[in-house]
Amino acid sequence: MHLSKNLIDLVDITKSWDGTCVLDELNLSIKENEFLTLLGPSGCGKSTTLRILGGFVTPDKGRVIFDGEDITSLPPNKRNLNTVFQKYALFPHMTVEENIAFGLKISGKSDAYIKDKIQYALKLVNLDGYEKRKPTLLSGGQQQRIAIARAIVNEPKVLLLDEPLGALDLKLRQDMQYELIRLKNELGITFIYVTHDQEEALTMSDTVVVMNQGYIQQMGTPEQIYNEPENAFVADFIGDSNIIDATMIQDELVEILGVKFPCVDSGFGNNKPVDVVIRPEDLILGTPGTGRMDGTVTHVIFKGVHYEMEVMANGFEWLVQSTKAFPVGTEVSLDVDPYNIQIMNKPASEDEKAVAIDE
Amino acid sequence: MNKRKLLAGPYMVWAAGFIILPLLIVLYYGLTNADGGFSFANFIAITDPMHLKALGESLLIAFGSTVISLVVAYPLAYILSKMQGGKSGIIIMMFILPMWINFMLRVLALQMILSNNGLLNALLGFLHLPLQHIMYSKTAILIGMTYDYLPFMILPIYNAMCKIDRDLLDAAADLGAGRLQSFRRIIIPLSLPGVISGIIMVFIPSISEFAIADILGGSKILLIGNVIEQEFSLSSNWNLGSGLSIVLMIFIFISMAIMNRTETDEEGTSV
Amino acid sequence: MSKKPSLLEKCYVGLIFFLLYAPILILIVCSFNASKSRVVWGGFTFDWYIALFQNEEVLSAIRTSLMLTFSAALIATLLGTFACIGMSVFKKNSRQTMMTITNIPMLNADIVTGIAIMLLFVRFWNLGFMSMLVAHVTLGVPYVILNVMPKLNQTSRITYEAAMDLGASPVYAFWKVVLPDIMPGIFSGFLLAFTISLDDFVITYFTKGAGMNTISTMIYQQARRGINPEMYALSTILFLLILVVLWIVNRSTASRPQEQSN
Repeated sequence: MHLSKNLIDLVDITKSWDGTCVLDELNLSIKENEFLTLLGPSGCGKSTTLRILGGFVTPDKGRVIFDGEDITSLPPNKRNLNTVFQKYALFPHMTVEENIAFGLKISGKSDAYIKDKIQYALKLVNLDGYEKRKPTLLSGGQQQRIAIARAIVNEPKVLLLDEPLGALDLKLRQDMQYELIRLKNELGITFIYVTHDQEEALTMSDTVVVMNQGYIQQMGTPEQIYNEPENAFVADFIGDSNIIDATMIQDELVEILGVKFPCVDSGFGNNKPVDVVIRPEDLILGTPGTGRMDGTVTHVIFKGVHYEMEVMANGFEWLVQSTKAFPVGTEVSLDVDPYNIQIMNKPASEDEKAVAIDE
Repeated sequence: MNKRKLLAGPYMVWAAGFIILPLLIVLYYGLTNADGGFSFANFIAITDPMHLKALGESLLIAFGSTVISLVVAYPLAYILSKMQGGKSGIIIMMFILPMWINFMLRVLALQMILSNNGLLNALLGFLHLPLQHIMYSKTAILIGMTYDYLPFMILPIYNAMCKIDRDLLDAAADLGAGRLQSFRRIIIPLSLPGVISGIIMVFIPSISEFAIADILGGSKILLIGNVIEQEFSLSSNWNLGSGLSIVLMIFIFISMAIMNRTETDEEGTSV
Repeated sequence: MSKKPSLLEKCYVGLIFFLLYAPILILIVCSFNASKSRVVWGGFTFDWYIALFQNEEVLSAIRTSLMLTFSAALIATLLGTFACIGMSVFKKNSRQTMMTITNIPMLNADIVTGIAIMLLFVRFWNLGFMSMLVAHVTLGVPYVILNVMPKLNQTSRITYEAAMDLGASPVYAFWKVVLPDIMPGIFSGFLLAFTISLDDFVITYFTKGAGMNTISTMIYQQARRGINPEMYALSTILFLLILVVLWIVNRSTASRPQEQSN
């Protein structure tokens, strides 16, 4: 993957609606050719960020730099980026063909060029032959593809996608994820994608930006976000996890629920309270006495790929995933490898704690 | 389930007795002469120069008031649809309110203003402008009809405009459309159904109108509505009145069919 | 894209607003004018209102109007609501035929509807209060059906069947589940039928019996004769009455916001 210079810079963006702050001094850089996902619960400010990029919302403060130019006050129709709207926003009075041709006609392209482009775009989204249909008669997935086709024929440098798969059913959503990755690679442009679905974000993105309450919580590759969450909110929001209060005894040694565990993190200081994240699939079950803790299985559910169990040990209900089932009541041991223990600083202020607890 | 169907029974009897049957009676009268013999004379009577002139005047005035209403109401509905939040409900209500005010009352109010020694001329005289003899002219009838039926044009267009998804306007802007282009290519075509029902709601009452013509036009101008009315009230030639009524009805249904055609055509070909 | 109207646009709204209301306002002012002239202010007076309520012709017209409108709206609402409930289980074709017939009085010219009902009554009966009532009910039913029918489709069979599943008899399910659901539609249908009837001139003009008058036909007769400030007084009362009714309706719908959003 070739990632080069910054294409977009959001600088100190602040926006409030009716006195409620939605974005607070947000700074974000987006590279050329990147698939960047804004991920967060509803109301976290991700959609507002996207609408600021599209030009539909003007920030109260801050600047939007696009390709070296300040476009903060440029109206949407003058911006070289296109949006795929959440509910597609296809023009109901126009055919598929007319919808796709809309932007090209406005920019005054020749009929032959427009015709070629429509063919190309429809082929790209696997809907050739649908030119004369009315969008209202198409299925959700098909409307979605038309909306994408309508946006990309204008050859934008950036495609903004606002929860575009939200209205589709699970199977279709998974298919469309692969479609989008393929499309992005074929087009070679920047995708900025908004979703509240962590799985979607991890599957498709080069970079994931986790947002909550108008702040960026963490930005990184999907692996970084999943394996090394920087705070409890991110750990909790991305996948299942056990989040436990713990004390950092010294570098590479942490005490969890009265038991000392070796770990790989350092630099937190000695005897410092921290949060610890252990993913349920990283906990190792064994016969009593073979691990660092002993406990009792309290719940078992079959999940298809694995069993999900709850194990009561040292006063904490651990979420454990394993391919092997242990019946309820079984005495087991629990252990975890040092590199699977993720240490995080406690939230600095009460404010941040509130943010974490809120979710 | 079958018992539930019976609940529609009284209305079905009512509809047969008071919607279908009366129209059949009109048809019967229209197709017979004074002696009860079968005749097409009452239909052909529309070609009588006086009747043709009345029909022509009616069409002209109805067309005029429809066009004026549309030109006035369309921008108004557009502006109103842009207003959002607390006060907008009341503002729209104020524009719809005249629909609910007794029709005769509004005619009376206009009569007061337009008459030769009425308020308009008093105002013009005060400003030393030439007095206007609007009363008892086609202009007076045109003003009267436009004034009376304007709210019926505003409401459906406003409703259609409000139904337009704001996302569509965002999408148009996103694809490079300026305000004018968005208006021409999104708002106008999507508000068309409202325009069509507005036109129907203004044109149909206008073309058969006789009371406005009677009060504001004096008895000088005869519209087809006046002709029909007089056949029943003055001449007691019910056969002729019925025949002309049916001709009027046919005119209305033809114009409605044309309007509906326009609507579907527009949908099919607009680019 | 600016979403707020500009100053120019606001001026336009104001101008149309002025043109719509100026005539009515002048009418109201004139109803308090002691001078019979429409342009000279002769001092404030309630005389026209007093005269109005001593005029037996006017009072009888008001009585006729109120009786006619109330009973017509009530009958139209009952007839229309039952029709909707019955028609909702009709097969598609017969329901469509019924709806087409229902639309006739609404789409046809009033003058034709009026003449048709008049001819029916003259031929088989005679003109009087009954013929007016029949005409007004016929005019009002389509509006009731138009308001109730969509509500009934929304409810669909689901809640009705759910109630029966829970042990309710069809009649009980109807009263407790279906009726409350379509009540707003019935209410607005009634109000529409009421105002249409109160407003009607043309159909009343043709179907009224000799010597009878409603408010509309009386104003018409007076307007043809010339100026009569008593009519201005009557109009003012009518205007204020409509304002009050609409205000009440508006308040009652405002307290049910979820209904409005539908």
